[in-house]
Amino acid sequence: MHLAYPAVLAALLFCVGLYGVLARRNAILVLMSVELMLNAVNLNLVAFDVWLRDTLHSGQALTLFTIAIAAAEIGIGLAIVLAVYRNRGTSDIDRLRDTAETDEAETLPDTAESDTAGTSDAATAPGRTDGTTGKTKKAEATT
Amino acid sequence: MLYTAPPLVASAAGDHPGFLSPSGVEIAFLLVGLVTLGAAVITVTTRQLVHAALWLVVALGGLAVEYLLLTAEFIAWVQVLIYVGSIVVLLLFGLMLTRAPIGRSPDADSDNRWVALGVALASAAALVWVVVDAFRTTWIDLDGPAQGSTRVTGAFLFRNWVLPFEALSVLLLAALVGAIVLSRKRDTDTDTGTATDAGTDTPPRPAPTGTPGTTDRPGKGEKR
Repeated sequence: MHLAYPAVLAALLFCVGLYGVLARRNAILVLMSVELMLNAVNLNLVAFDVWLRDTLHSGQALTLFTIAIAAAEIGIGLAIVLAVYRNRGTSDIDRLRDTAETDEAETLPDTAESDTAGTSDAATAPGRTDGTTGKTKKAEATT
Repeated sequence: MLYTAPPLVASAAGDHPGFLSPSGVEIAFLLVGLVTLGAAVITVTTRQLVHAALWLVVALGGLAVEYLLLTAEFIAWVQVLIYVGSIVVLLLFGLMLTRAPIGRSPDADSDNRWVALGVALASAAALVWVVVDAFRTTWIDLDGPAQGSTRVTGAFLFRNWVLPFEALSVLLLAALVGAIVLSRKRDTDTDTGTATDAGTDTPPRPAPTGTPGTTDRPGKGEKR
């Protein structure tokens, strides 16, 4: 088999995943695109392992490790997305701009007021204040 | 290894016609690759979120077939088991737990999708050009003993890669614990929500965690 077939397919899959990561708005769809990128890397690893006939089979071993790490990553990522959804009520990446350094930072106190007013009923504020130092409380107040 | 490899190749040839003839393998690889690529493109462009997860199954299954065509048999079944079996199910659970809209959602794509398309096309052109230019005259020799049968995989995994394998199990354990801790946050939220309803914010929360005996809620101690 020509080596260009799996290599080109892996490159195209990687770019499709790249497009998905950049263009998608839902966090879970971004995770799916990350899975596509990881699979492209896996295909490259397997193809080059079969091509080189490595005695240690590094490519296939690394593929297995990548699959396991992808499983761990998707578990942690989904847990984070669910926690964010519970706190914010959305999983849109474009709306999670609390740490963004933009010109809108000057208008943040107003949004902070409305945020705390809006979410105090849902009692989400105590869940995010695991740290008890004044610094985190201050950071919380500014978000 | 040499003893069992020829039957494995033969059985794989039975599953996929033309397995031992290079042109047949190439044709099969090309067709399955087109299906995989199309499914991947639909996955990242469809506006129905659940359909994206289901098209991801097609893409990952197509990749498993590609692994089979590359004689990496064990990895193909691991791919089917872990990706199609668990990761897509996890993604579907995540979609449903975040109340993803069933049907079309017009805001599935961000506003900068044209920039993303440009970046993706540019990187695709560059990568394909470089890869084709570099590997124009290289051929994979798929004949001979299978490179990734279960026996071979077990041999190299537990002979040469034991230490990374065990380290990976520790990492999986850490990920498991982390996912459970992150997912149990809702219980603490509701607990502290009811506990700190009268009080405004943080001070009541760390008090029971620092000294567990101060409050007699059983849920607190169970959660530690």
